[in-house]
Amino acid sequence: MNVISTNIGQSVSRIDGFAKVTGQAKYAAEPHPPGLLYGVIVNSPIARGQIAALRDTEARKIPGVVEIMTHRNRPHTALFEKSYVDGLGVPGSPYRPLHDAEIRFNGQPVAIVFAETFEAAREAAMLVEVDYERWPHNADFEAALHQKYMPSKTRSNYVPPKSRGNAPEAYALSPVKVEGRYHLAPEHHNPMEMHATTVIVEDDGTFTVWDKTQGPQSVQAYLTSALSLSGDKVRVHNPYVGGAFGSGLRAQYNVFLAALGAKMLKRSVRVTLTRPQMFTHVFRPEAVMDIALGASPDGTLQSMIVEGVTDTSRFEHNMENIVVWGLINYKCPNATAGYTIAPRDTYTSSDMRAPGATTGVNFFEMAIDEIAYACNMDPLTFRLNNYSDTDAMHDMPLTSKALREAMVQGAQHFGWHDRPMAPGSIRDGNELIGWGMATGIWDAMFSPTSARARLTADGRLHIATAASDIGTGTYTILAQTASEAFSTPIDRIDIELGDSTLPECPTEGGSWTAASAGAAVWLACQILREKLFKALAKGKNIPAWVKQGLEQDNLTLEDGILHGMNENQKIVLSFQDALSLIGQDALEVEETAKPGLRGTISQMRKARFTHSAVFCEVRVDQELGIVRITRLVNAVAAGRIMNPKTAASQVRGAMVMAAGMALHEESLMDERVGRFMNHNFAEYHIPAHADIPDMDVLFVEEKDSEISPLGVKGVGEIGMCGTAAAIANAIFHATGHRHRNLPISPGS
Amino acid sequence: MNDVSADIPCRLQINGKTYAADLPPSVTLLDLLRERLDLTGTKKGCDRGQCGACTVLVAGKRVKSCLVLAVSIPDAEVTTIEGLSPNGQLHPMQQAFIEADAFQCGYCTPGQIMSAVALLAEGHTHSREEIREFMSGNLCRCGAYNGIVDAIEQVVAQQNRNHTGEAA
Ligand code: FES
Ligand code: FES
Repeated sequence: MNVISTNIGQSVSRIDGFAKVTGQAKYAAEPHPPGLLYGVIVNSPIARGQIAALRDTEARKIPGVVEIMTHRNRPHTALFEKSYVDGLGVPGSPYRPLHDAEIRFNGQPVAIVFAETFEAAREAAMLVEVDYERWPHNADFEAALHQKYMPSKTRSNYVPPKSRGNAPEAYALSPVKVEGRYHLAPEHHNPMEMHATTVIVEDDGTFTVWDKTQGPQSVQAYLTSALSLSGDKVRVHNPYVGGAFGSGLRAQYNVFLAALGAKMLKRSVRVTLTRPQMFTHVFRPEAVMDIALGASPDGTLQSMIVEGVTDTSRFEHNMENIVVWGLINYKCPNATAGYTIAPRDTYTSSDMRAPGATTGVNFFEMAIDEIAYACNMDPLTFRLNNYSDTDAMHDMPLTSKALREAMVQGAQHFGWHDRPMAPGSIRDGNELIGWGMATGIWDAMFSPTSARARLTADGRLHIATAASDIGTGTYTILAQTASEAFSTPIDRIDIELGDSTLPECPTEGGSWTAASAGAAVWLACQILREKLFKALAKGKNIPAWVKQGLEQDNLTLEDGILHGMNENQKIVLSFQDALSLIGQDALEVEETAKPGLRGTISQMRKARFTHSAVFCEVRVDQELGIVRITRLVNAVAAGRIMNPKTAASQVRGAMVMAAGMALHEESLMDERVGRFMNHNFAEYHIPAHADIPDMDVLFVEEKDSEISPLGVKGVGEIGMCGTAAAIANAIFHATGHRHRNLPISPGS
Repeated sequence: MNDVSADIPCRLQINGKTYAADLPPSVTLLDLLRERLDLTGTKKGCDRGQCGACTVLVAGKRVKSCLVLAVSIPDAEVTTIEGLSPNGQLHPMQQAFIEADAFQCGYCTPGQIMSAVALLAEGHTHSREEIREFMSGNLCRCGAYNGIVDAIEQVVAQQNRNHTGEAA
């Protein structure tokens, strides 16, 4: 048992570790209410058209089948389209599952079978027969590029690029130039846990919904609005989430259909997607980016021109910030960028880990490597040469930017200074060895968040907020925060997350949870401490030494005990005794942390980013073209690090995903049917153990009191930004070939 | 004609307890554990043998339970993650996973741990490379791979110490 309180910044092991290594942690598909029905979804094999006929007679003959729900027999749902817009919805017409006969994308649910057993539902789902009237569709990205457009209403987080100087003219005049078209294949999030929902219909008719989501309050609001349920009828739980990486930002069709089934049948329902069905909803958009860079021979950037397109569906306008990153991060007198989206007949693409920056930063950093080489300059030196201390696009000061330190420390750790400049110059037998580097940048966001702190008669401190821990370590860092703020040992603290009824917290994503929920917990604990002290000051029957301690301001809270002096003797009071002295069973506060707290400033006055410098070594088999990553070093400047152990895991995890992006991951569209065809782990390869070397993560010291109340920036996304470029640049250094398409195919 | 979907008797030893029931032949060992026995520690990540989340031990060997029909292994001894620490005392591998931060979301974790326990018995733990090779059937989308290798090495080192200790 711990007796000392833990501090922010310590490498504490995850407090949810025991539950996870013993299999006790319950995920969305795992509660088992009595009378549970299993729902299996039937998906459309066509991309556009309508259902002409639907026969379920054979399917209904399977013993155990209870109902087959389609657009014809489904219960009433909300009338207006706007009721189906979820918390993180994008402009356009949201997809409404089983709304009518129209098919808008391949994989769209057309029916759901509910049965007493999973096996019966699965068998019956195969027997549902559907005839379709096919309409022409386009699922080809190249063809969609001809229809690219800028929507009249943009996504709320869209950052319009801002030009400076005269980029085309400066480019024309630049003595050194590089230009190229970069392409990113669509990628699917593929968390190991497939999206799933269990709806428990309680005796009073209310729904307890276990959903795989990053935002229980967002799903709660979506279900009540889309299904026309009253708000107090639905409660959403997600205490454990088996990864999400953005796939749980928007409510997916499984939760809608499960809740609709429960509404229709008044029975508890479980719907789990299959791995192939995981390829029928959100994905990282396919992208092209044209980058032209001009420089003077001394390695000074003169012009940057970036033009990018990402895909969206025909019914919603999904947008990403892909073109702005280089303009923000590099000093260069002339720069311009443009962005549009290209529609095709698929489901709407969506945010995947470090959306926008993953695409845009990596491509830009590949182009920077190319122009450094065109100037015959070491790529690290080139970056230091063109370093910007401000947000160069908005001409705004930054709260902090320790990127220079990250570059220097990362380079030193990696041994970069030994690198010969010429590509193809390091060999080991059949293998060419290459070293590459890149930098990363990501938003450091802080959103208003609420938390509750409650001290109970057993001396325990209970913290609650509707945040989600999707593997990010949120339980642990919030416990550390409370431990420090309330000076209480961590094993006397309970953290409750993942429940829509808890104090308000924005959907988990974009690396803002650590800064935001952390600040809310910190604030709640401070206020709770004040409340405790005030109650003691006002109370009757309070020992004189306590009163005196309060008056003289020498009553302290240390390691879960109140300390004071009584006639030169140290004396202590436990929380239990303190509560009984003030005659309370519990003491509770709920607080909201907002910008402004503790000297933090608003997004309008200073720009705010996390930075990193990534270094990579690859070995490329000369004959087979097979690429192996043998070393990866990431130096991260992310303000204060709450828990170096879990933070390093976050960064490493993103680097693994980035390795997939650089070398393996690619969802292949069969344009004829409009479907991603490699919809399983054998054909969509995510990095496995053998693909991943030991990776070193360094945290560079960065004090930033303006960014968030705890000086925290968040580390969930930064590992994606720059890593794929470092790998691509290393491959160039090994082979002398520039690859501008990700993933890079060996030998191509 | 035989009814191919008629229930078939199934008898298994699961975590030391006898399980016996008549089951449809299409029930996989994984679905039996998760949906009928509430042993949800064993996870489903693909249902077709491609991810390792469903790894359990059958007669001490690691097996992907999504690829096994429950009725096809009569009287087999099955160990799941719940059976690894029957009296609440963590198995050294579970402890090492916590210390090495060998997981994030925890969803692949029971499968990784069962696989790692079998790997120790198989003896393919001579180097980090060998561990990586023989753990490659267990995917982790959170990318906790470095930590998993650390955890396995930690347990191997403990075992070696214990053996040397016994010999001395
Ligand atoms: S669920 Fe069995 S291997 Fe993936
Ligand atoms: S810990 Fe999340 S998939 Fe491995």
